[in-house]
Amino acid sequence: MPDGGADFVRIEGLKRYFDVSAPWLVRKLEGRPRQVVQAVDGIDIEIAKGETFSLVGESGCGKSTVARLVVGLYPPTAGRIEFDGNDMAGRHSRSDMAALRRRMQMIFQDPFASLNPRWRVFDIIAEPIRAFGLSTGKADLEARVAALLRQVKLNPADGRKYPHEFSGGQRQRISIARALASEPEFLVCDEPTSALDVSVQAQILNLMVDLQRRLQLTYLFISHNLAVVYHISTRVGVMYLGRLVEVAPTDTLFRRPKHPYTRMLLDTIPDLEMTGRQRSPVGGEVPSPINPPSGCTFHPRCPFANDRCKAERPKALPIEGGTVACHAIEEGRLPIEDRTYALNT
Amino acid sequence: MAAASRSGFSGWLHRVSDSDVWWSFKSSPMTVAAAVATFLIIAVAFLSPVLAPHTPFDPATLSLSDGLKPPVLVSPDGEWAFPLGTDDQGRDVLSSIMYGTRLSLIVSLAAVAVAMVLGISLGLISGYFGGAIDAVIMRVADVQLTFPAILVALLIDGVVRGLISVKRHDEIAIFVVVGAIGLSFWVSYARTVRGSVMVEKNKEYVQAARVIGLSPLLIMVRHVLPNVTGPVLVIATLNLGLAIITEATLSFLGVGLPSTEPSLGTLIRLGNEVLQSGDWWITVFPGVTLAALVLAVNLLGDWLRDALNPKLR
Amino acid sequence: MAAASNNQPLLEVRNLRIEFPTRRGTLLAVDDVSFDIAPGEVLGVVGESGAGKSLTGNAIIGLLEPPGRVAGGEIRLEGRRIDNLPYEEMRKIRGARIGAIFQDPLTSLNPLYSVGRQLVETIQTHLPLSASQAKARAIELLQEVGIPGAEMRIDHYPHQFSGGMRQRVVIALALCAGPRLIVADEPTTALDVSIQAQIIALLKRLCREHGTAVMLVTHDMGVIAETADRVAVMYAGRVAEIGPVREVVKHAKHPYTKGLMGSIPSLGVRTERLTQIDGAMPRLTEIPPGCAFNPRCTFKGQRCLVERPNLMPAGATRAACWLHDSGGVGAPILKETVDA
Repeated sequence: MPDGGADFVRIEGLKRYFDVSAPWLVRKLEGRPRQVVQAVDGIDIEIAKGETFSLVGESGCGKSTVARLVVGLYPPTAGRIEFDGNDMAGRHSRSDMAALRRRMQMIFQDPFASLNPRWRVFDIIAEPIRAFGLSTGKADLEARVAALLRQVKLNPADGRKYPHEFSGGQRQRISIARALASEPEFLVCDEPTSALDVSVQAQILNLMVDLQRRLQLTYLFISHNLAVVYHISTRVGVMYLGRLVEVAPTDTLFRRPKHPYTRMLLDTIPDLEMTGRQRSPVGGEVPSPINPPSGCTFHPRCPFANDRCKAERPKALPIEGGTVACHAIEEGRLPIEDRTYALNT
Repeated sequence: MAAASRSGFSGWLHRVSDSDVWWSFKSSPMTVAAAVATFLIIAVAFLSPVLAPHTPFDPATLSLSDGLKPPVLVSPDGEWAFPLGTDDQGRDVLSSIMYGTRLSLIVSLAAVAVAMVLGISLGLISGYFGGAIDAVIMRVADVQLTFPAILVALLIDGVVRGLISVKRHDEIAIFVVVGAIGLSFWVSYARTVRGSVMVEKNKEYVQAARVIGLSPLLIMVRHVLPNVTGPVLVIATLNLGLAIITEATLSFLGVGLPSTEPSLGTLIRLGNEVLQSGDWWITVFPGVTLAALVLAVNLLGDWLRDALNPKLR
Repeated sequence: MAAASNNQPLLEVRNLRIEFPTRRGTLLAVDDVSFDIAPGEVLGVVGESGAGKSLTGNAIIGLLEPPGRVAGGEIRLEGRRIDNLPYEEMRKIRGARIGAIFQDPLTSLNPLYSVGRQLVETIQTHLPLSASQAKARAIELLQEVGIPGAEMRIDHYPHQFSGGMRQRVVIALALCAGPRLIVADEPTTALDVSIQAQIIALLKRLCREHGTAVMLVTHDMGVIAETADRVAVMYAGRVAEIGPVREVVKHAKHPYTKGLMGSIPSLGVRTERLTQIDGAMPRLTEIPPGCAFNPRCTFKGQRCLVERPNLMPAGATRAACWLHDSGGVGAPILKETVDA
């Protein structure tokens, strides 16, 4: 089935609320109200086959929650996740569900926590193969694990070692090998390089790009690092307090950012080219997702906010191949400017 | 690093001798002494049928004329055949202690095993699933913790006694004691395991296992359990000391093992009855053995707790 | 000697060695590190985790965690040797002459005391001020670091501040006694990107206004490029390259620095692949003979495998690399084929 089209992965109205209230008894005794964190508050994303869709945002914006919702680690509070035409929450037989799960895998942030410290690398990588019954025997399993290790540029003999014998970058390679073990088509990568040193980060990013090309993988890439996102993505979605404020093809997003929050985030990227580019540090901090501001949640920090922004939640409107949820853009109050970045000489 | 990946037994041996735990063991003379003492006591106790000079609870070998002989070293009335003296029935105190220690150890090890299985299972369930199941298990644990373990054990023993005849009770006494002690100790395992599970289950390797759709039971057994064994081992060791004492206390109070099958506690009780007449050795030697055993086990447990705690290293 | 007093560096680090005795032998975590910081200068110290950059910073403020110890070399502040001072004396210097900012602001603040009390205590320890004067100074400081409603916030406890605000309080605390040098160890790593930019801008402004020198320890080249005057790049416990930040960023001379710069994704050109340095920094137990970078270096020659290079002039910077040993006996160096 080549060409899954624009809707290989389709996320509609996805919401996830977390109840962070004190225990019932404490609440009743102290007269405290229920507290709900709106970690993800209604987002729509479509990911095409073979592309890298990135979600960026500051901590607490809900991007990691989206990743976990997509792979089924949390059930959604509302909304729908479709994978290659299959509703993930729909009724599937056990084997159908396993078949769907096999096709999507996740790579985690912390290479020190994502591998079971008591297992040998061989068993860690073999676990998905065994769980999905993909191998025909011991020899086949060994061959598969060896091939996977080679694919991430590790030595098949490394399979006998334990995770603690490897550096952070090598562990992340092991995580990737494990994620690839079930021959998935879709990988959800939650900050896969943010715990790594830059030179190692480059190795892992290059590896991910190579693998994508070779295995026709589709990535959902979660990161707070805009430079990394710029480097690796086909399209980018910017999240703020559980909502998508802007989605655009990568170049458009970085050259012609529209939402004031996107502009602000771009301003925070350090100027490595030493161009003396003017940066205006953003004022204020991200408010608590427990009681998010009314209307557009960004309005308390937004220099362009008016009364409508305080009252009415902006809708995502299509613009220049993407969407943006901003009243100021919709009303034409905020002109869209081109940005240039000096070339690396 | 290459050495650490050697497989098989030699690889394992190498890893152990290279590990921080082994190193911390070697560098603590007190711990080495405690380990040697524990090992010796356990070895002698379990080899008592071979090593003991007498079989003190075989009436055929007893002779009342040997009764109440004092220890050899303190009195000219002693005989070398009974180095630690005899009791009023003519039983050799040394042999009684060896057999008694064996029984005490069997009962406490079994009790610890019961507590471990119960506590670990409940702790895993409680920690992994959380919610209402967790609340119920932990409240039961809280309630049980408000009673001293000995009281719980007495209660269980009392209930069983009420249900069956005295003779029948003597036959199954050992199971009742094991159950009673085991049931009164599960809480600390459950709490520790629950805490560790709550930490481990949010780690990414457990989430990675969930992503491939493994069942909660498999995840608990394969992934979570092996990573909570450290703290469990510490509690088990410290608990062994407690279990030995609890068994002794129960037996001393007369609700533990019957005098036909005496444990260390039973021996102390029997000796205590004749203590007023000056026959001190019958109760003092089992008492000293009990104290030494518990001390050695506790020292080991304390060391293990520190050695496995990365914060203290 | 006396004539040089005018442009004497504020901080001189000479041949600093830091050792960690372990049961498997002594690890050399910082090996023969030398650099100066001029008054009012911002020196960035970059490197990957384990390169020894934080240890160097900790040694300067006298807070090296045991069993780590300074095993050789000297640290001089304003000409006075400070690496061998007794704890009490060093404590007085820390705070009065050297301020410290750490990655996690919570570790620098006592959760049991209000930030005002901590500020006032620190001020009174180092300056002869009355309680009310000290409080006025504390409020002034909080205003200076951009905490809104400083008069009211001064009575709040650390947990009542957000991460970014807490780091501002820590900066105020470090500035209390008007130190000549601030050692900032990853001051923005724990913060969100938008807050990072705020804190960097603040640190820059304050140091300019007060003429305070800063040793900025971080793994984030972007922060250094924005903030530092000069930068020292550390690798496996040694300084690989040191020089003006513009030169190091744009015209790096050491192959490691070059690779490091190339591996940072940039907003300039979008390339399919980033430059990558294969391999990883060796563990302290496995540092190879010769140049520590040689297993990963694509330019290595015979000499690099046996002889350890010291810093030598290389264009506008100084690099520890035999490529730049102009008149040296062992040069020139064979360029190895670079595999694809």
